[in-house]
Amino acid sequence: MNAKPISSPHISSARRVDEIMRKVIFALLPALGFGIIIFGWSALFLTFVTVSSALVFEAICLKLKGSAIESYLLDGSAIVTGLLVAMTLPPYAPWWIGVVGSGLAIILGKHVYGGLGQNLFNPAMLARVALLISFPIEMTTWVNVSPFFTGLDILEGFKITFSGAEISDAITGATTLGFVKTGFSQAQLLPDLLSDYSGFLAFIGWERGSLGETSTLLILLSGIWLMRQGVIQWFIPVSLLATVAVLSTLFNLIDSTHYLSAWVHLNSGALMLVAFFIATDYVTSPNTPLGQLIFGTGCGVFIFVIRSWGGYPEGTGFAVLLMNSVTPLIDHYIRPRIYGRTRDGKPIEGG
Amino acid sequence: MFEFLENPKFRGGIHAEEHKAETCDKPIAMNLPLPKKLYIPVQQHVGKPAEPIVKVGEHVLKGQLLAYSQGTISAPVHAPSSGVILDVQDFPSPHPSALPIRTIVIETDGQEKWFKYAIPEKPFELSPEEICLRVGGAGVVGLGGAVFPSAVKLNLGRKNQIHTLLINAGECEPYLTCDDLLMQERAGEIVSGIRLMLRGMNAPKAIVGIEDNKARAFSEMTEASNNFPEISVVQVPTRYPMGWDRQMLRYLTGKEIPADGRATDVGVIIHNVATAYAVYQAVCLSKPLISRVVTVSGGAVPKPQNVEVLIGTLMSEVLAFCGVENEKLARLIMGGPMMGEVLPHADVPVVKASSGILALSHEDIFEPEVKPCIRCSSCVTACPVGLLPLEMASRIKANKLDAAVDLGLKDCISCGSCSYVCPSNIPLVHYFKFASGELFSRQQREHKAEQTKRLAENRTHRMERIKAEAEEDARRVMEARAARQAAEAQAKAQEEKA
Repeated sequence: MNAKPISSPHISSARRVDEIMRKVIFALLPALGFGIIIFGWSALFLTFVTVSSALVFEAICLKLKGSAIESYLLDGSAIVTGLLVAMTLPPYAPWWIGVVGSGLAIILGKHVYGGLGQNLFNPAMLARVALLISFPIEMTTWVNVSPFFTGLDILEGFKITFSGAEISDAITGATTLGFVKTGFSQAQLLPDLLSDYSGFLAFIGWERGSLGETSTLLILLSGIWLMRQGVIQWFIPVSLLATVAVLSTLFNLIDSTHYLSAWVHLNSGALMLVAFFIATDYVTSPNTPLGQLIFGTGCGVFIFVIRSWGGYPEGTGFAVLLMNSVTPLIDHYIRPRIYGRTRDGKPIEGG
Repeated sequence: MFEFLENPKFRGGIHAEEHKAETCDKPIAMNLPLPKKLYIPVQQHVGKPAEPIVKVGEHVLKGQLLAYSQGTISAPVHAPSSGVILDVQDFPSPHPSALPIRTIVIETDGQEKWFKYAIPEKPFELSPEEICLRVGGAGVVGLGGAVFPSAVKLNLGRKNQIHTLLINAGECEPYLTCDDLLMQERAGEIVSGIRLMLRGMNAPKAIVGIEDNKARAFSEMTEASNNFPEISVVQVPTRYPMGWDRQMLRYLTGKEIPADGRATDVGVIIHNVATAYAVYQAVCLSKPLISRVVTVSGGAVPKPQNVEVLIGTLMSEVLAFCGVENEKLARLIMGGPMMGEVLPHADVPVVKASSGILALSHEDIFEPEVKPCIRCSSCVTACPVGLLPLEMASRIKANKLDAAVDLGLKDCISCGSCSYVCPSNIPLVHYFKFASGELFSRQQREHKAEQTKRLAENRTHRMERIKAEAEEDARRVMEARAARQAAEAQAKAQEEKA
C-alpha cells in the first residue's frame, strides 16, 4: 500500500509522447519514401546522414544537460526533427549540409532554449532558413526526377552525397516557383512560363523539388490520417491552405499573367509539408482553436506575400518562423471562454 | 463571434476506459454481514457537524437519531443498526490523511430492531414544507459526492421559483455503477422520490439525464415514469465529465450557470439520482439515511459488485466481503478513479459520500515517468471548463500563483480530464490542488498578519491611553497636593495673623 499523497486522477490514457512521435514518423514515411524512389541513392544517403546526425547531436546535448539520455533519445522527437530537415533539403545536397542542418535544428533550434517543449521556433524551419541563407548554391540545386535504376548508380550517388562530385547541369533545373520567379524578372508572362507544367504530375509529386516535399497527394493523405488519429487538429492546415488558395485565386483573377493559380501554389514547394507537419508543431503553434486559426491564416498570408512579391521564390520557411515568433502573443491574448464567463472573463448574466 | 469553435452542447471531456461491465450486470448484494461495530462520524456532510445526543452505554434502535443537525446548513446522523453506544471518540475518517474526526461507535446487538417512526398515509399529499422537514430530519444529503444537505436545496428551490428539477444520473466516473444498479432495481422508488422533490420545491417538471451506456437503467426509468408526464427521462452521450452538474445542465437545457452564481440563477435545481431514492425512503417509509449502495471494484477485487452497506461499516469489512487480498492492493480510493481520494488504509468507515470503494492493483495504476510538456494542448481540448491547464501549471511551477489565478485557477473543478489525457503524464491536477492549498494558506497567513497587526495597534493605543491616564492622574495628584499645600500655607498665615 502506498500512503504517499497522490492526487486524482488515478488512471490515465494510454497515449504517450513517444506514441505521438511514432505516428508522426509513420506519417512522414510515404512522402519520404516517394522522394527517395524518385531521386535515387543520394536521397537515401542524405536522409540517413541527416537523421543519424540529429540523433548524435541530441545525445550530446542531453549528455551536456545531464538528463537521462535513453528515455529522451527514444521518444522519437529527434528522429522527427532529423526527418523533417532531410525532407526539406535538395536531394543531391552534400552530406555536410545534412549534418549542419541537423546541428542547427537540434542545438540552436531546440536545446539552447531548454530542450523538448521549450523552443520558440520550429527547429526544422530554423535549419532550412539558416542553410538557405548560408549556402544558397547547395540549397537551390534541384535535380530532375531520376528514379532508382534509371539515374545514377549507387557509387555515383555515394560520390554526390559524400565526396562532392560535380552534379552535371544536364540533370538539374529549376523548381516551378523558381522558374516562374526568374521568368518574371526577364519580363516573361504567365501562361507561357508554365507551358511545360503538368498539374497532375505536380500533384502526385513527379517534379523537381526538395527530397520529401514534392508529393502533394501522399502528404495530404498522411495529414488526413494524422487528423483522424487525433495527433493534429484541422485548424492550422485548413486555415493555412485555405488562405493561400483564396489569396492566389483572388490575385489570379485580377491578373492571371503575373499571379499563379491556386492549384500551382498548393502543389508547389513545401506548402503541403508545412501545412500538415511543420506549422502544426505543438511546441511552436498556439494552443487554442482560435489561436491556431489565426496562426494558420498568418502563415498562409506570409507564404503568399513572399512567393508573390518577395525576393525568394519560396516563402514557407520564413512565414512559419515569423508566425512562430508571434505565437506567445497569440497565446497571451487568445484564450478559451471559461464556463459561466464571457470571453473577457466576467461572469455571464444570470437567466 | 467565435462560438462556432465551441461545441454548443458539450465542452471538452474525455473517453476513459469504462470498467463498468465488471459490476453493472450483477444485482446489488444485500447480504453483507452485520458488522460487530459501526463507526458513525458526526460530520458526513457539507456544513456544521451534527451534535451527539446519545450517551455512552445507552442502547439505541435502528434508525434512531444519534446526533442532531446544528444550524441552517447541517444534517443529522442516525443509528444504522440497533446496539449499545460504546464510545464517542476521535476516529480516522475516510480522508487522504485519515484525519481523526468525532465519531459515534455502536456495538451492534444483531437484533436490527427498528425505531418506530410514524409512516405518513398519503406521502404525496404532504405539504412542501413538511416534505422538506422530513428530508432534513432523515439526514438526506447529496449522494453524488457533494453531500450538501438536500433539504436546504429543496427549500432554496421553493423560494427561487425554479422551473426544472434536473436529476443527475450521468455517473460518468469509470468503474462506478451504484446509480446504474439503483435505477435498474429500484426505478419506481426513484420516480416516487423525484415526484416528492418536485412537490417539495413546487417545481413543474423534472428531467432525468442518463448516460447512454446504461441502457437497462434508461428503459427501467422510462417505464417507471410513464404515468408521470412531468418527468422526462433523457439519454445523454457517454463522455466524462457529463456528470459535472453544470455540464449536464448545459447539455440538457442549453443554459449556462454564471461563474459567480448557482443553478437557481437559471431556474434549475440539480439533485443526484441516489438522493431521489433517499428522499423516497425518508418521506414514504420514514427511513433515515443509514445505508447506501457502494460500488466495490478495481483490479484487486476478485468479486467486484455493488453492495448495500450500512453507514459506519469499516471499508476493510466490505473489501473482505468482496474477497480482496491485501497483497494485490496497490491503491485504495474512495469515489471514482478520476476524482476519488486516496485512502491510506481501509480501517475507516463508509460514509454517506462513499459512492465507490476502488481497490486498484499495480496494473491499474500505470505510472510512466513525467516528461516535459510538449504543448500539444490536449489538455486545453479536454478541459470542460475552458481553461489552459498547461499554462496554469507552468505558472505554478514558477511559483507565480497570481498569474495562475488570472488564468482561471479558481474555476478549475479538479475533474482530472487534463491529467488523464496528458501524453507527458504531467500531474496537472496535483499542481492545481497544490496551488489552491497554497493560496488558501496564504490567505490564512494574511488574515493572521492582519489580526496581529490590529492587536498590536490596539495594544499601542491602549498603552498610550494608560500612560496618558497615568500622567493625568499624577498631574491631578500634584495639583491637589499643591492646592492643599497652598491652603495649608494660607491657613497658617491666617493663624499667624490671628
